[in-house]
Amino acid sequence: MTQDAAIIAALLIPLAGAVLIVLSHRHPNVRETVTLVTGGALFLTVASLVSDVFAGASPEAGGFVIAPGLEITFRLEPLGMLFALVASGLWLVNSIYSIGYMRGNKEHRQTMFYACFAVAIGATMGVAFSANLVTLFLFYEVLTLSTYPLVTHKATEEAVRGGRIYLMILLGTSMVLLLPAIIWTYVLAGTTTFAAGGILAGKADGILVAILLALFAFGIGKAAIMPFHRWLPAAMVAPTPVSAFLHAVAVVKAGVFSVMKIVIYIFGIDLLATTGQGTWLLYVAAATILIASIVAMTRDNLKARLAYSTVSQLSYVVLGAALANTLGILGGSMHIAMHAVGKITLFFCAGAIYTAAHKTKVSELAGLGRKMPFTFAAFAVGAISIIGLPPMGGTWSKWYLALGAMEADQFILVVVLMISSLLNIAYLLPIPFRAFFVRPGGDDAAGGIAEAPLACLIAIGITATACVLLFFFADALYNLLQLMKLR
Amino acid sequence: MTLEQQLPALQVILPLFGALICALMRRGSLAWGIALGVSFAMPVISGVLLAEVLSNGPISYHLGGWAPPWGIEYRVDTLGAYLLMLISAIGALIMPYARASVAREISADKQAWFYTMYLLCLTGLLGIAITGDAFNIFVFLEVSSLSTYVLIAMGKDRRALLSAYQYLIMGTIGATFYVIGIGLLYSVTGTLNLVDLTARISEIGPSRPVLAALAFLEVGISLKLALFPLHVWLPNAYAYAPSVVTAFLAATATKVAVYLYLRFLFSVFGVSVVFKGLPVPEILLALSIAAMFGASLVAVFQDNIKRMLAYSSVAQIGYITLGIGLANKMGLTGGVVHLINHAMMKGALFMAIGAVVYRVGSARLEDFAGIGRRMPLTMAVFTLGGLSIIGTPGTVGFVSKWYLAVGALDKGWWWLMFLLVASSLVSVVYIGRVVEVIWFRPLLHTGTTVREVPLAMLVPMLLLATATIYFGIDTTLTAGIAGRAVDMLLAGLS
Repeated sequence: MTQDAAIIAALLIPLAGAVLIVLSHRHPNVRETVTLVTGGALFLTVASLVSDVFAGASPEAGGFVIAPGLEITFRLEPLGMLFALVASGLWLVNSIYSIGYMRGNKEHRQTMFYACFAVAIGATMGVAFSANLVTLFLFYEVLTLSTYPLVTHKATEEAVRGGRIYLMILLGTSMVLLLPAIIWTYVLAGTTTFAAGGILAGKADGILVAILLALFAFGIGKAAIMPFHRWLPAAMVAPTPVSAFLHAVAVVKAGVFSVMKIVIYIFGIDLLATTGQGTWLLYVAAATILIASIVAMTRDNLKARLAYSTVSQLSYVVLGAALANTLGILGGSMHIAMHAVGKITLFFCAGAIYTAAHKTKVSELAGLGRKMPFTFAAFAVGAISIIGLPPMGGTWSKWYLALGAMEADQFILVVVLMISSLLNIAYLLPIPFRAFFVRPGGDDAAGGIAEAPLACLIAIGITATACVLLFFFADALYNLLQLMKLR
Repeated sequence: MTLEQQLPALQVILPLFGALICALMRRGSLAWGIALGVSFAMPVISGVLLAEVLSNGPISYHLGGWAPPWGIEYRVDTLGAYLLMLISAIGALIMPYARASVAREISADKQAWFYTMYLLCLTGLLGIAITGDAFNIFVFLEVSSLSTYVLIAMGKDRRALLSAYQYLIMGTIGATFYVIGIGLLYSVTGTLNLVDLTARISEIGPSRPVLAALAFLEVGISLKLALFPLHVWLPNAYAYAPSVVTAFLAATATKVAVYLYLRFLFSVFGVSVVFKGLPVPEILLALSIAAMFGASLVAVFQDNIKRMLAYSSVAQIGYITLGIGLANKMGLTGGVVHLINHAMMKGALFMAIGAVVYRVGSARLEDFAGIGRRMPLTMAVFTLGGLSIIGTPGTVGFVSKWYLAVGALDKGWWWLMFLLVASSLVSVVYIGRVVEVIWFRPLLHTGTTVREVPLAMLVPMLLLATATIYFGIDTTLTAGIAGRAVDMLLAGLS
């Protein structure tokens, strides 16, 4: 398969999968096989492109013009490669997990669930491979729309309300802020194509840079920068595989990935660094990091706590982008992968606890560690990675972010990062601690609770292992991201 | 003369004679057969005319062999051919759909009459787009309007009569204004041929009678195209007319009025007169913005979905007139392409609602509860049409929005771009409201009769829904041709 064919294939495989999933709706076993085969095929296709990127190639595909300025083109570059690899790899793991979870909880409308999931991953690939803002925007919106039925999956009053917030904030910000930013960029620069060093240098200066950056940063609601973060906790009403994969990996990472890509290839880090018009975003990101962490501490519902933790962690990536120096970009980009693997582990565990013990609150978990030792051990691994302690992958991204902050002479941000790590410890580590070391009160220790279905445990095992492996083999990520052309 | 040279006349004569024959029919199904045949022939003729115009320039046809400016000239240029194609294609799509829907909503003894009126309406609309004579336009305008009043009055609801009457009053005022405008022009120039008028008005310049004529024409046509705040007839008319009529009118009637607007403002009076010395763009922009927000906000509070979509139409017409007000290449292309884009999506939406009316007998929101499970394809059409109204990328709505927004920015009006995108946010609310009810509420009508409509109804709306996606990606036939028409309209501005 040639490189551009592989790009197109990565977009079409999930779509074909979605069609086959719908066609096989009467045979759940066939349907789940289709999901797994699609996931495997997609991952192999994406992985087949890695060596080309390392060789310095940036294959292109598409090039379809809808109207002046509206062009659908795909181009592979290191950051997109990283995102596509993380998303397709974790989708495969998540599919294994979904089968265990959906069957374990006897969820309804499973065909719809798997089909929408496949469309969403296809849209994620589109975001990852987009060569210009318009293509990015197209798939960004498809991602929003294809995940809406997943958020409202339960079709209860609460789910519909959650879906409403989800749709209004994500569609609203993208239509009212992001789209004008794209059109404005097009009118200023005459193109929306991502290019090394940015396309706005010399075309925009002064306050206009800050305005455009604000339109982009807040317009990309998926990055959940406060005050546009409310959709993420609202989306937690979805089944856990959705929260795990979409709202810890694909959707939110598509958001911060877009911010990163726009800073690097539309503004150019030199434009932001020399004009200083991006500095305000540093403080907004820092505020989001701290406030969301504090809110997370107050949440007793496990998934809500993890959601606020995600809001906080996403702003690490935004912070890295806003630092506008090599180390910041490196740390932020790396955090896309590190946080994805860590947070999906935590969500997998939360779902396993729900499936096995039907518990959703942190306060109910006392003593469960003895019944589900594997799950809670994995939770601890994921938590340590999120906190950023060795020997877990999260260490490295925080390390580079702190270095980037120092290089930008923003010592206050180094302090913010350290405080945030302490807050992470405060709201994440008590969970496995309670489960293992606190005795359950009264007759709460219901018998018959055992580990979740095997499919769930396999998935948890894979991602927890990946957290550790990313610590020892982070140089692969480093080498890939080194290839990004920042100037 | 060969048959091909007679095509401009056939475009009008065929539906006219079809109407005549239908009027003699007793059985509705026979009349339907004739209407179907005529409706299928129309896009073939329009297609040939469009291809001819695109390759060889405007076609001039002298009715009865009398040369203009004495005789009536039928004149097809890019814009006219584009509109002919739009009207005839919608007609051809709606006729297969009509049979079952009309049989359900209109009593058997009136069905032949219905098809007569439909063909007359088609004649009028096509006639307006093809004729090059200002008075002939008035005649066709009345042909289409009078038949429309009858079509609306055929609605099952008793309020249909009242809404038809309301439209009759408003429409007649509009037509009167139009004819006064034409009269003034005739008194100054002594001609009714549009090409001739153009030449003579540019000689006379913007004298007082010419400006008075412009004012009368503008108000008269604005009534027809339901420009805010002259839109009050439209919501009732669309809400209580038979489903087929609503779908057909929403996709074609207001579009023809927009065509007249373009014809008079840009060609007859001349862009340099209208858009340089007079406050026409300012007035148009203000009214368009009021329509985009006002009508959308009203749409949010409607419980009858046909009425909701009718208000949405008023808002969408605001987008079209916004493009006219911008009067630059990108903006006007956005307005003109939205003519056809809006026709596609509103056609699909009203057809989907008509399908529910066919099964459930009501267009009230509460009767749509959970219906997505019983009529998944129909409701998928509705959802797609709704996404296009919102302007989601990948649909035709996005293409229009892109052109309009770039047009606004080309003028340096960034505030207008923000108003444009903010107004589409309101459409998220009213479309989202319906989407929630059809997909997530528990099913209300549990009887087995609620299922997908017959294939003849389903296929046309699926085709339209597919078109909203297809032309959202490949725009050579829509924005491409619109762009060429716009080049012609703006030729006098530079």
